[in-house]
Amino acid sequence: MGVMKRLTGIVQAKANKVMDRVEDPRETLDLSYEKQLEQLQQVKRGVADVATARKRIELQAQQLQQSAAKLQGQARQALAQNREDLAREALSRRAGISTQLDQLKTQHDGLVQQEQRLIATTQSLQARVEAFRTQKETLKASYTAAQAQTRIGEAVSGISESMTDTGLAMQRAQDKIAQMQARAGAVDELMASGTLTDLTGSTDPLQAELDRTSAQSQIELELAQMKGALAPPATTEALGSASPATDALDAAQTDQQDTADADEHDVADAETVDTPSGAASAPTSVPAAGGAALPADDLFSLGSEGGQS
Amino acid sequence: MIVRILEGGQFEVPDSEIGALEELDAQLAATIERNDGEGFSAALAKLAEKVRTTGTALDPTTIVSSDLTVPHDGASLEEVRHLLASEDAADA
Repeated sequence: MGVMKRLTGIVQAKANKVMDRVEDPRETLDLSYEKQLEQLQQVKRGVADVATARKRIELQAQQLQQSAAKLQGQARQALAQNREDLAREALSRRAGISTQLDQLKTQHDGLVQQEQRLIATTQSLQARVEAFRTQKETLKASYTAAQAQTRIGEAVSGISESMTDTGLAMQRAQDKIAQMQARAGAVDELMASGTLTDLTGSTDPLQAELDRTSAQSQIELELAQMKGALAPPATTEALGSASPATDALDAAQTDQQDTADADEHDVADAETVDTPSGAASAPTSVPAAGGAALPADDLFSLGSEGGQS
Repeated sequence: MIVRILEGGQFEVPDSEIGALEELDAQLAATIERNDGEGFSAALAKLAEKVRTTGTALDPTTIVSSDLTVPHDGASLEEVRHLLASEDAADA
């Protein structure tokens, strides 16, 4: 047997199940009408549920976008501090966010479609319920007529069929919402576990490392300034050779203090020194446009830089 | 004949088109038999389009039962298989 016939049999069998307990056809009409009103309320609630689910996804996408923008900033900050390892880590997390956003977008599209369908269903159901209310009163008034029972039967089976159809549509919407909630819950869990670190938190290890590096640079710089101000050039040079970082910072400092002394430091050291103070001008490997410039109209894709989109 | 597309309303299709519909329906059934998801989607789209192009949409306030039922637009093979599997339960 073809699919269409089998499906019709299934829908009508479901429909009959709803109505077959009532004996008086007039009662059947009233009961059927009550059930329709009930279903209309359910469908309206369904529309609200789908909208809530959709908004939750949009909120999550927004949070992910914020995280991505922050990671972008951290990557630049790390590069400015010559910490390519940290920059790499930040960008790879940002790529992970892009994957999450792709998946959210699929969910979002599905929900938008469901929402639109349910709204259309609500409208036609509303019209049918109204029509049925009028018809049932006419049928009840003519109940004594011989053919009325048959017509009541037809009206009831017609309306029951369409109620079954609506019921199936709502079932599908509920399934979609359940899938979405599972997905949204998974993203929440990933964030909670730090896999997709919620970067607004204070416990972000990447930021801690960047802060530490930054603080160290600041300390070194101050030390170098103090040394430059207090010590004679010879002493500065002796201390400076103790570690490459101090050496580099010394180079900048002594550059200002004593150009003759600076000649003894090589060019590579001098370039290293340029970086902390040159943080304002981003290195060429990082595009100048920041995460803040992400297109506001597309919640589900990251900017071209560093992302997978 | 009255044909319902699930979630898509009812259509009055002229009897002269029923043969063509049944042909497309058989193709759809065959894709389910061989578990061909892509073929299923294509066959379903063709069937639904045939109903829409040859039939006349009924006003939603017209209350009649249908002779034939087409799965909802974009239904997956799995969804329809699941729906058809409820046949026994519905008959019981």
